[in-house]
Amino acid sequence: MKDLGRIGFSEDQATLLEVATDLCQRRAPVATVRRLMEDELGHDPAVWTELGDLGWLGVAIPEAYGGSGLGLAEVVPLVEQMGRRLMAGPFVSTTLAAQALITGGTEDQKRETLPRIAAGEAATLALAELDTDWELDAIGCTATRRPDGRLALSGRKILVTDAAEARRILVSVRLDGAPALVLLTPEDLPSGALRRETVIDETRRSFALALDGIVLDADRLLDPDRVGVALEHIHLAANLLAAADMVGGTQACIDYTLDYLRTRTQFGKVIGAYQALKHPMVDAYTRYEQARSHLYSAAHCFNEQGTGEIAVRMAKAAADVAYSFAADRSIQFHGGFGFTWDCDAQLYRRRAIWHAAQFGDAAFHRKKLARLLF
Amino acid sequence: MSTVDPKDLAAFAEQADAWFAQNVVRDPGFMLPLTFMEVGTDTQFHFLRDWQNKVWEAGYLGAAWPKAYGGGGLPQAFQNAATRAMRKHHGPIMLNAIGLNWAGPLILEMGSEAQKAAYLKGILSAEDIWCQGFSEPGHGSDLGSAQTRAVRNGDHYVVNGSKIWTTLGRYAGYMILLARTDPSTERKYDGLSFFLMPMKAPGIETVPIRKLTGEHGFTQTFFTDARAPADGLVGPEGGGWKVAMRTLEYERGARGGQAGGYVSVGSNAFDVFDLAQRTTRGGRPVLEDPLVADEMVGFLMEIQALTLNGQRTQVPELVADRPQGIPLASKLMGTEMSRRLNDFAVRLTGARGAYYVDEPEAADNGLWARNYLNSFSATIGGGTSQIQANIVGEHVLGLPKS
Ligand SMILES: Cc1cc2nc3c(=O)[nH]c(=O)nc-3n(C[C@H](O)[C@H](O)[C@H](O)COP(=O)(O)OP(=O)(O)OC[C@H]3O[C@@H](n4cnc5c(N)ncnc54)[C@H](O)[C@@H]3O)c2cc1C
Ligand SMILES: Cc1cc2nc3c(=O)[nH]c(=O)nc-3n(C[C@H](O)[C@H](O)[C@H](O)COP(=O)(O)OP(=O)(O)OC[C@H]3O[C@@H](n4cnc5c(N)ncnc54)[C@H](O)[C@@H]3O)c2cc1C
Repeated sequence: MKDLGRIGFSEDQATLLEVATDLCQRRAPVATVRRLMEDELGHDPAVWTELGDLGWLGVAIPEAYGGSGLGLAEVVPLVEQMGRRLMAGPFVSTTLAAQALITGGTEDQKRETLPRIAAGEAATLALAELDTDWELDAIGCTATRRPDGRLALSGRKILVTDAAEARRILVSVRLDGAPALVLLTPEDLPSGALRRETVIDETRRSFALALDGIVLDADRLLDPDRVGVALEHIHLAANLLAAADMVGGTQACIDYTLDYLRTRTQFGKVIGAYQALKHPMVDAYTRYEQARSHLYSAAHCFNEQGTGEIAVRMAKAAADVAYSFAADRSIQFHGGFGFTWDCDAQLYRRRAIWHAAQFGDAAFHRKKLARLLF
Repeated sequence: MSTVDPKDLAAFAEQADAWFAQNVVRDPGFMLPLTFMEVGTDTQFHFLRDWQNKVWEAGYLGAAWPKAYGGGGLPQAFQNAATRAMRKHHGPIMLNAIGLNWAGPLILEMGSEAQKAAYLKGILSAEDIWCQGFSEPGHGSDLGSAQTRAVRNGDHYVVNGSKIWTTLGRYAGYMILLARTDPSTERKYDGLSFFLMPMKAPGIETVPIRKLTGEHGFTQTFFTDARAPADGLVGPEGGGWKVAMRTLEYERGARGGQAGGYVSVGSNAFDVFDLAQRTTRGGRPVLEDPLVADEMVGFLMEIQALTLNGQRTQVPELVADRPQGIPLASKLMGTEMSRRLNDFAVRLTGARGAYYVDEPEAADNGLWARNYLNSFSATIGGGTSQIQANIVGEHVLGLPKS
């Protein structure tokens, strides 16, 4: 049997977990989360600045490019705590865009862009398309070389998170028949290129991006020799951070439901005494603990060839099952209140659905694991 | 506890490794029980008793128990190294499970000096086999309602009643017995007392019970004016419930101090994976079926999660919110997975899943069907899964009592 991974926990992870637990709780009480859902920008710029000042955007950026030179293992506790508070903002989009540049960018691109990201500039990735099968190298959008050497883009990307405020957008296209990545700035976009999408998780800001009419200099191409590696890395990094957000959310969702089950009374009894509710909560809890163990194994082993991929796919698959179940039961166990907008159960359920739809759901990752393990 | 010199530990581990390499008998010519609850024949019993005695004499069992009581007086790390070597070389199970894993640690913690001197060495050497008299025909999960009576009469108590599902009851020299010394207390728990009870005595009869596998396993034990010595009380008269609860903590592995080794070698997901890899259906590897493959991956993820859970409990920051959560839930998670996993293994074998032990065409001699049936021993014994779910729901999640 292959090495499936193991738990390890660094001092940096411990410190960041402690800081993030406290900060996210203070900055993202659920009233704030709900207020920001109605806000066009969707998050609090002051908090974004604070995250930049704390160095969170540069945690996984090498020191040579203005970061602190840690890894995604150290980003995991941050995202876990953000997920726990349903905190909004372009943190994950930006972190993933930085990862794409670190693995796939040219030296010039890295030197130009990474320090800006580390200092607080938002960025994002445009990868998905309508007929996506979650394989990042299955790309329909194209770049064509014009006689003047410039690149003309065409096609449409979907689910581009935080695109309206991103100062850099990395887009996957097909060029000369092979996958390629290009770096856009807002100035490259014709007016109307971005359309805000209506998405199930209302804490998110997501956009469709029309590429037709965009023309770029050839130096916007990321390193052509590293595209495959970069796409693979993005896929795994995205799933790792999604798992982190989901595990945090699962914990919060369980705690939220337990609060209700400890206070609501029916038939003269606190409803948490009924085993029809208590035992499924225990199921939710044990799935949560298993998902969290997978998460911290994936964080620790992320950079290990082979094992990293196995551990990440297990983490995302376990998190999907745990979060979906906990949030689904949370709606049910709140009775009539669970059917309302005001009950937070729907917020968790919507977020779990969002994550399952991004970068592969549990069944997708299990299928991949079968290929990796058998 | 003395500190560990890494050099001494490494040397000990190396010796243990060599010893088990040389001394483990993997195929004695009859089916070895996979757990202490499956010991059904005298041949199995004598083989396992001799094996445990040999391991103890070599210094690889009870290595961390005090020297005065037959132990090795070494730090726990030494016993852990010996257990690892035992596992690596697939040594058979330790027979005297109830003595080694719960009665022994309990006596070490709460027993009198005389009790320690009298019993611990015999537990390690397997000279004295121990059994557990908690469950009764009328009271299993609701252990606090146990009715077996013990009435004080001078230097002993007179015991009447019956215990049931007594694992190793047929072979046991001693029993940890929960009996009612006072039927009139306001709280039912306050009338219970905890005894170390000799079994080879007049008035005690054990009747074997046939298990769902068709084999003989546990027994029903009948007490008719049997004598329990008063100096066999653990804790005060009427204080038995607390002692019994502590015993269950040892039994469920929520508390350490066990003598070492292991008392079951339940098949794990990797064994079932091995089965899956060598199983074909219609001439094709069964794992080519995407539905089968998906289920297999699910089990590999689950067993990996349980392993990782254990590792995570060693990192305080990662279990800070509910430090007792994983330990208290581990019996529930582990035993339920094992049950579902063995069911999956039977289904993997396709049409041959209809065969049972001793049918020459059965896959692995019917091991999987037998394992599946036996897996309920752990989802029922030691507190059923439903009771475990209540414990987790109430003590970990803070929900009110059902
Ligand atoms: C869409 C919708 C429309 C509705 N329309 C109407 C309407 O027109 N008129 C009207 O009068 N009502 C209506 N209802 C209310 C509905 O009948 C109640 O919501 C339902 O009976 C549950 O009661 P509750 O909301 O108080 O939840 P609770 O009774 O508080 O239940 C909370 C949770 O505890 C569980 N629970 C409660 N008691 C037990 C028990 N003994 N054992 C096990 N579990 C238990 C429940 O299953 C639930 O999961 C509507 C509800 C919805 C969702
Ligand atoms: C292989 C094996 C070995 C054993 N060895 C020993 C031994 O050595 N010594 C010993 O003393 N006992 C032993 N037992 C007994 C074991 O501890 C009991 O069987 C167990 O505690 C359940 O008790 P019961 O059989 O009376 O079932 P019951 O308590 O009658 O339970 C019947 C069903 O009801 C459920 N149930 C009961 N109460 C509740 C509740 N409050 N909430 C929800 N569901 C509930 C149970 O989960 C179960 O599914 C052994 C059992 C097995 C299977």
